[in-house]
Amino acid sequence: MLKFDNCLIENGAFQLKADFQIMPLSSVAIIGPSGSGKSTLLEALAGFRSLTHGALLWKDQDLTSLHPGKRPIAMLFQDGNLFPHLTVFQNVALGMQANKRLTNEEVSQVEMALVRVGLADMGLRKPAELSGGQRSRVALARVLVQRRELLLLDEPFAALGPALKAEMLDLVADLAKETDTTVLMVSHDPNDARRIASQTVLVAEGVAHQPQATAELLDNPPAVLRDYLGGA
Amino acid sequence: MAWRTKPLSPYPGIGAAVLVAAFILGTLVAVGWQADGSKGFAASDWVALRFTLKQATLSALISVFLAIPVARALARRRFWGRRVLIALLGAPFILPVIVAIFGLLQVFGRSGWISDILGVFGLPPIRIYGLHGVVLAHVFFNLPLATRLILQGWQEIPAERFRLAAQLGLSGRVMFRQIEWPMLQRVAPGVLAVIFAICLTSFAVALTLGGGPRATTVELAIYQAFTYDFDLGRAALLSAIQLGLTVTAAVIALKLSNQAGFGAGMDKPVQRWDSVSPIRDFFWIFLATGFLLLPLSSVVFSGLVGLFELPSLVFRAAGVSIMVAGASTCILLVLALPMAAAIGAGTKGLVEIAGILGLAASPLVLGTGLFILVRPYVNPSDLALLVTALVNAIMALPFALRILAPAARDVIVSHGRLAQSLNMSGRVFFVRIMLARMRPQIGFAAGLAAALSMGDLGVISLFADAQTATLPLQIYRLMGAYKMDAAAGAALLLLCLSMGAFWLLDRGGRRHAEV
Repeated sequence: MLKFDNCLIENGAFQLKADFQIMPLSSVAIIGPSGSGKSTLLEALAGFRSLTHGALLWKDQDLTSLHPGKRPIAMLFQDGNLFPHLTVFQNVALGMQANKRLTNEEVSQVEMALVRVGLADMGLRKPAELSGGQRSRVALARVLVQRRELLLLDEPFAALGPALKAEMLDLVADLAKETDTTVLMVSHDPNDARRIASQTVLVAEGVAHQPQATAELLDNPPAVLRDYLGGA
Repeated sequence: MAWRTKPLSPYPGIGAAVLVAAFILGTLVAVGWQADGSKGFAASDWVALRFTLKQATLSALISVFLAIPVARALARRRFWGRRVLIALLGAPFILPVIVAIFGLLQVFGRSGWISDILGVFGLPPIRIYGLHGVVLAHVFFNLPLATRLILQGWQEIPAERFRLAAQLGLSGRVMFRQIEWPMLQRVAPGVLAVIFAICLTSFAVALTLGGGPRATTVELAIYQAFTYDFDLGRAALLSAIQLGLTVTAAVIALKLSNQAGFGAGMDKPVQRWDSVSPIRDFFWIFLATGFLLLPLSSVVFSGLVGLFELPSLVFRAAGVSIMVAGASTCILLVLALPMAAAIGAGTKGLVEIAGILGLAASPLVLGTGLFILVRPYVNPSDLALLVTALVNAIMALPFALRILAPAARDVIVSHGRLAQSLNMSGRVFFVRIMLARMRPQIGFAAGLAAALSMGDLGVISLFADAQTATLPLQIYRLMGAYKMDAAAGAALLLLCLSMGAFWLLDRGGRRHAEV
């Protein structure tokens, strides 16, 4: 269980309250008007922002004061998910082991991850030589070898076209299922939520609400969400 | 909690900053300790002080006044070679002073080209030694700098304003008063202050073109107190005076100048609709180019002859210079990279201040302090090369940090969070990500440091004995002995070494660098 226990996150004058739980192995979308604090919520969970008060718990482990790299969390950002001067292989290998040389065993795991995302013979290329979709796949291969229990997506596919984005979300869903990963995904597009998230957290007016079934929430949106979605 | 948002620790950078600050302040304390005020101010000290202020004021004023029409011409004209010319304006920064002086002597000297031409008409030759020689050399070095800084001011005027002015049908004079004059009022004081500060610490120029009791700068007087009288107390007193001058000037310059960088985005001429005759503009461009290129080409021409019969002394000195420049560049990078990383990670105050301390202390002041500090323990001339490399590195530090720190900040902003989420250690982030991403800037900073050190004629002259010489010092000695052919060849060699070192390092940094 992932638990936001009475959390308060402050960013200047902005405040966000979060007090809810997420079941392991679920896929949860985080939606809400822009500026409502969706990314702030993920940043706090990933450890890039400290809590003013409250606690973050994962399976009874207290994450609140853990360094971002020590949390059971892999995260994909809006941009800058790859190091442009490193090859595809090196980028993925950093997920395996960022500070040491890889063992032979680890090397073959990196290669397997590349095969799994469909980039079997791209290991020696640099990110600049890849398409947007391929770059996303590299980042996902790295997530695979990171073997973290939680995956946070802060709209990493926003720059892709609709078809490619759908393809990536499906790949995320498949990988999450294969590796027993819990997914939290920020999105401004309700279709993304419907596509892979059974549950949705609504962030609005300074509060991150208890997750609800995605279809129900989107079909009968509360006023604040209705304004955001517009006309639906 | 800083560790949460920063992928690497600022402590190595803070450590480097403390070392730099301790080094500079330590030498200054030694100077203060030793300063002998008992005999008071000698009359010659007052003369040196007055001369220093006078030549710096004149140099700054003339440089800026000439730079304004040149920058204006460059801002509004497009012509073939414009980019090269603007790049060339950056060259004097890394041009060895002694080489430039050699070239200036060839053109403006007593038996130089211009004097020869005057002789044809039966006119007396130019007298270059003294105040006008010093000012001439300073204008040679600082006119390009002033032009670049003022050109930047012109480029920063939004193009819309010129468009609006054209629409309103403003005449050239009105446009100047409404748009360009306010810009100059904003930019020029800073440029004046920067050049004034630079000229205050001038040593090599005063050493070669000044001299004599009436044309001695404070910096030169320190050297003379050392070498002629070996009066450490007086050298220290003069150093204290010099320190007061440079600190005041540096503070004023930093306040007035808007942190002008190394000329990004000066490629585009401002499009204008006022139809001014281009003749005047091209006259200024032609004049400035000639003023820059004539002395340089004279170094090349006269050097080619001497290059093939250089005495072995010169080659030995060149070897020494390459070694010193290499060591100085390494010292610089070891200090500057962690400091840049710390500044990039948000640790500003202390590290930044340590970084610009070097601007306040002049090389000869630092040299005097070091001399006082090491003399009880070792023969200072044994340390001549080490001290030179060290002082050169400290002098290059402010420039290096201005190049490196913004790049370090960019790397942290764009890659810091990813590195942290991968649990990458600060050391690995520094080596594998930051250094790799900053290669172009590191190459540029290293190139500047190497070229500056290669061409430096300053602190080495305090420490070196007759057997030790860097190439610039050797050239100075050859000139003093009137061995002009050898000096010309050596000057060309030094020019090639300085420019070559810069080119190699700068180029090496940019090769295969991913954007």
